[in-house]
Amino acid sequence: MVTVPESTRVRGFSGRDAPSFDLIRKCVHCGFCLPSCPTYRITWRERSSPRGRIWLMKSVAEGRLDLLDPVFAEEMQLCLNCRACEAVCPSGVHYGQILEASRAQLVQHRPQSLRERLYRVLGFRILLGDMRRFRAANKLLRWYQRSPVRMLVRRSGVLRALGLEHAEAMLPTIPERFVVPDGRFFPAENERRGRVALFTGCVMSTAYAHVHEATIRVLTRNGFDVVLVSGQQCCGALHVHSGEPELGRDLARRNIEALESPYLDAIIVNAAGCGAMLKEYPQLLNHDHSYAERARALAAKVRDVLEFLVERGLTAQPGALPWTVTYQEPCHLAHAQRITQQPRVLLRAIPQLRLVEMAESALCCGSAGIYNLLQPDMASALLERKLDNALATGAEVIVSANPGCMLQLEAGLRARGLRVPVLHLIEVLDRAYTAATVPAARALPVAAE
Amino acid sequence: MDRAAIRTRLLEIVGPDGLLDDPDELLVYEYDASDEVFAGHHRPDFTVLPRTAEQVSAVVRLANEVGLPVIPRGAGTGLAGGALALRGGILIVLTRMNRILEVNERDGYAIVEPGVINLELSTALQPRGYFFAPDPASQRACTIGGNVGNNSGGPHCLKYGVTTNHILGLEVVLPDGERIWTGGPVPETPGVDLTGVLVGSEGTLGIVTKVMVRLTRLPEAVSVLLAAFPDIESASHATSAIIAAGVLPAALEMMDHLTIKAVEDAFHAGYPREAGAVLLVELDGLQEIVAENTGRVAELCRQHSAWEVRVARTKEERDLLWLGRKSAFGAMGRLAPNYYLVDTTVPRTKLPATMRRVEELSREYRLSIANVFHAGDGNLHPLVLFDRHRPGEVERVLECTTEILRYCVDVGGTLSGEHGIGFEKRDYMTLVFTTEDLCAMAGLKRSFDPRELFNPEKVLPTGFRCGEVAVLRQQALAQRLGLEYV
Repeated sequence: MVTVPESTRVRGFSGRDAPSFDLIRKCVHCGFCLPSCPTYRITWRERSSPRGRIWLMKSVAEGRLDLLDPVFAEEMQLCLNCRACEAVCPSGVHYGQILEASRAQLVQHRPQSLRERLYRVLGFRILLGDMRRFRAANKLLRWYQRSPVRMLVRRSGVLRALGLEHAEAMLPTIPERFVVPDGRFFPAENERRGRVALFTGCVMSTAYAHVHEATIRVLTRNGFDVVLVSGQQCCGALHVHSGEPELGRDLARRNIEALESPYLDAIIVNAAGCGAMLKEYPQLLNHDHSYAERARALAAKVRDVLEFLVERGLTAQPGALPWTVTYQEPCHLAHAQRITQQPRVLLRAIPQLRLVEMAESALCCGSAGIYNLLQPDMASALLERKLDNALATGAEVIVSANPGCMLQLEAGLRARGLRVPVLHLIEVLDRAYTAATVPAARALPVAAE
Repeated sequence: MDRAAIRTRLLEIVGPDGLLDDPDELLVYEYDASDEVFAGHHRPDFTVLPRTAEQVSAVVRLANEVGLPVIPRGAGTGLAGGALALRGGILIVLTRMNRILEVNERDGYAIVEPGVINLELSTALQPRGYFFAPDPASQRACTIGGNVGNNSGGPHCLKYGVTTNHILGLEVVLPDGERIWTGGPVPETPGVDLTGVLVGSEGTLGIVTKVMVRLTRLPEAVSVLLAAFPDIESASHATSAIIAAGVLPAALEMMDHLTIKAVEDAFHAGYPREAGAVLLVELDGLQEIVAENTGRVAELCRQHSAWEVRVARTKEERDLLWLGRKSAFGAMGRLAPNYYLVDTTVPRTKLPATMRRVEELSREYRLSIANVFHAGDGNLHPLVLFDRHRPGEVERVLECTTEILRYCVDVGGTLSGEHGIGFEKRDYMTLVFTTEDLCAMAGLKRSFDPRELFNPEKVLPTGFRCGEVAVLRQQALAQRLGLEYV
């Protein structure tokens, strides 16, 4: 047992970002969440279950457990924040909120190492704090990936010394062209049905720029003008999930200022994590008098692209794709936004496409934002389980709808030496549209390098 | 042996990954799904997560050697405090023993480990055309081992019977660490029916390490019907009418207004919010018979003033209605921070009068009571809602529930239908059983577990521990002979 020295004890939660005791108290510890929790299914330990974590929070709130107790800190970090528990909770405990608040308490009260502080400043403030800086860094990364320097760095052992070996291996290939929110406008083809903004985000606008391009094509083909509204920032989800709500609030305010416009029918998001965050801006800013109402107005217009397409209906008929695919549900789509039917409706709308459901499709793949970098053991246990389930379907293509999951699956497949392509669902739809006129598009895609 | 030495021995048995002994991580084993107000906070000294029956047996032997209590635990979804370590000791969590070892369709059984999740067993059997019939509302989370311990029921037990009807045999670690098999795949085995004794013994007689379950064929057709009534009484009369008409539904469930509200807030399952009560009736069997019976049940409901009768059209609709029903207890958190479950069973004909009494008591004690229950077999679940932080409320809850129980026993009912006695309800046992009855139970307990180390403080009321029973017997004998007991 590790005891916390008397001098550094912290009793209870404090400040604005304290977990709501009313929410904690809503848990009647029925245990229905247990089998939905990825970390419980790996460990089968109560402390690593949602109910166990809520009990630990309650114990801290009641002063029975120290805030800085290692068990509490470990469990708040081991949780993926996938929110599968929230979706099955009969009592309506908003687990994500109390977890994020608990992490904020830890960030505020726990002494941080110099290295952790450095990474936090570098990652959350410098890189993700402004998208121009983020994209400039991505340009640099592209140069690095294509130059002999990469080989030198990899061989030098400096990555291992910095503990970045795993992170470096996870990096996606950065393409030449980015989708930058510069005010560009893509007019609707066919009959015009409305005007939407595409939320560009961070990694979606660089490494996954091709997914943005596919999204724009599918939307315009279905009668929507698409605007790349300038001034948009990172959604702030990584900040909020990592116990930095203030940084998240800054970004939220800037996004509200950029995106609130009476001339937009919807804000379209194709990254599940960002979509969930934007929809939760009202909660994030509920104490901010000048932004709370504006956050509610914006959130009401936010739609995941798959949700939006099913809500408004496809007007263009997709062509046939003779592929066998399986669908991996992003947690923040299935659990945080409760979007489970729409992706399947869209896949079934594609002629000749065979969807084979995998076992445990809604169990987290272990990506969870930057979780795979912080908790590599748990992340890789979940990744292997996910890949086993996905590959057992005999799918030729694994379909998902969130950059984190796609990165994770691609890295896992690479490590297994498999060349199974991982596509965003909107890319599959885009290919189906192309296939309607260009038969060559029906060929199976190749896996990303 | 001191704590450190016991710890070393446990580590040898289950390895570092299988042992939890930091008091702070043991915090999360001081609860199950019952309300903490009644059991208080009791941490075990150690928690082990064995992977094999051999490990369970070795842990039990060690506990015996050092005289520590042993408490088995599954998913911790029990509602009577049965999995709590009231006297400390070693908590044996069986969730890692979760393999389905054998499915034998020809002889109609499967052998599973106790940590297999109830619903996941049925899901695994489904492609072969079978299911495991007992379906407690917590089936998404609860384990087969826990079902065996509590002799669990569930909505479908009206037609299919409770857990004991579906257990063919058990591998059990006895309190001395020996492992035995009871029962078997054939319908009748000679000798004492130890399987029958062990099912429902709540871990006080042994720890089940393998379960031989009966496979039940999936019905050809299923239909789920929802009927909305103005009040509980009319729904109760409809229930009696359905059973009297000779229709045996697979399930016949009732939910009152308060429960409907909580469940609808949780899952938008499609229950009419305005209803005073609803009946959820599932009919299964051959297609033609199901169709005919659905019509008859609908007609009977209408005759007893149902103002809406709806048949679920798709599997999704059926599943959603059941999700609502089965999440009802958990959804109570939306109505109040605490609830106390009364799990009493009354003869079906006494349902309307009992519900009236529950309503009276709710008013008398100023406590909201939500009702969701297995109307078909008269197993009530009044859920008494409260907030433990409000002064005096806990005491009122205890008085009120005692009154409910007393009434139910008076009309010929009993204490618990399916959720077990555990710690929470043990002192109510004297309401239903005589001293002689309880002595017989204690005698059985003593023959299995003379040192009283297996799940102590459970099931038998205070005063009925093994040692105390001998005294009670003598007292009873003395009384019968008209002697003064000294």
